[in-house]
Amino acid sequence: MMRFILPFVVFVVLAGFLFVGLNLNPREVPSPLVGKPAPIFSLPQLHEPSKQFSPQDMKGQVWLLNVWASWCVSCREEHPVLMELSRQKIVPIYGLDYKDKQADAELWLKKGGDPYTLSVADVEGRIGIDYGVYGVPETYVIDKQGIIQYKQIGPVTPDNLREKILPLVAELQAK
Amino acid sequence: MRNLLIVLFCLLPSLSFAGEAKDMAEDPVLEKRMIGLADKLRCLVCQNESLASSHAELAEDLRREVREQMQKGMSDQEIIDYLVSRYGDFVLYDPPVKKTTLLLWYGPFALLLIGSGVLVYQLRKRKDAVADEVAITDADSQRAAALLRETPEQTSQAKDSQA
Repeated sequence: MMRFILPFVVFVVLAGFLFVGLNLNPREVPSPLVGKPAPIFSLPQLHEPSKQFSPQDMKGQVWLLNVWASWCVSCREEHPVLMELSRQKIVPIYGLDYKDKQADAELWLKKGGDPYTLSVADVEGRIGIDYGVYGVPETYVIDKQGIIQYKQIGPVTPDNLREKILPLVAELQAK
Repeated sequence: MRNLLIVLFCLLPSLSFAGEAKDMAEDPVLEKRMIGLADKLRCLVCQNESLASSHAELAEDLRREVREQMQKGMSDQEIIDYLVSRYGDFVLYDPPVKKTTLLLWYGPFALLLIGSGVLVYQLRKRKDAVADEVAITDADSQRAAALLRETPEQTSQAKDSQA
């Protein structure tokens, strides 16, 4: 009897590991910045380059920082979700236009609509490095004290908005 | 004229590489140090390539960042700490030993230990089983000796035919 049970148990354990392993996303690198203050920057605004924006301006508010670009394909998928979210006026969305040309970015927002309270232009991608950006789009949930509470890697979907981001935002706003 | 043309054609390939020169630092020593460090770091976009060998745009930006921090006089360790604080241990090809990486570092040794344990157990078990089967009494061995004495030629013949 033992002869059959042992290989069977080994098989089940191995199958279990493989099943879990195949469902993990190896592209998703957990961010060490969650729970840390959002890195400080000051960048020109996309629509009014003479004005600067800094995360410190947002102290006392819960906000989303969405990293996007006009060349980014997944951003197209995400865009209607952000448009809907901005219509609901639950939480302000700020855009970090990552390694983009100003004309392209403005055209993109004109065509698809602009869900952002404002966007800043990170032309050289330096702020992106500070935030640990490695694939656009990425979205950070930042609390009233300026601490990053969550990082969404890849597009925001109605599912992860409903299940993760909005409940977290509500919880942080209540604090 | 013909020679001039040949020389011009020979120079053509060098033109196409002119664009890459921008990426190089002025200082070849610093560039070498940067490449040496980037070799130990992982590119986050194409995850099986090092930062030194990757052509991804992010890798280029990160190499620029590393180069600039070196120019500022930061040590290799300070630069590694900076990148780890942004991207996590994932950027290191040689991750540090800590709670979350214990399985990674010592898992193989644990498996080896378990494997050798099972092997030793199986070998012992088999040895006992074999010993039981072969156990012969004194009477058996006397009978065997007697048989051997009686027919020495026959046994040697049997041996030959077997061979």
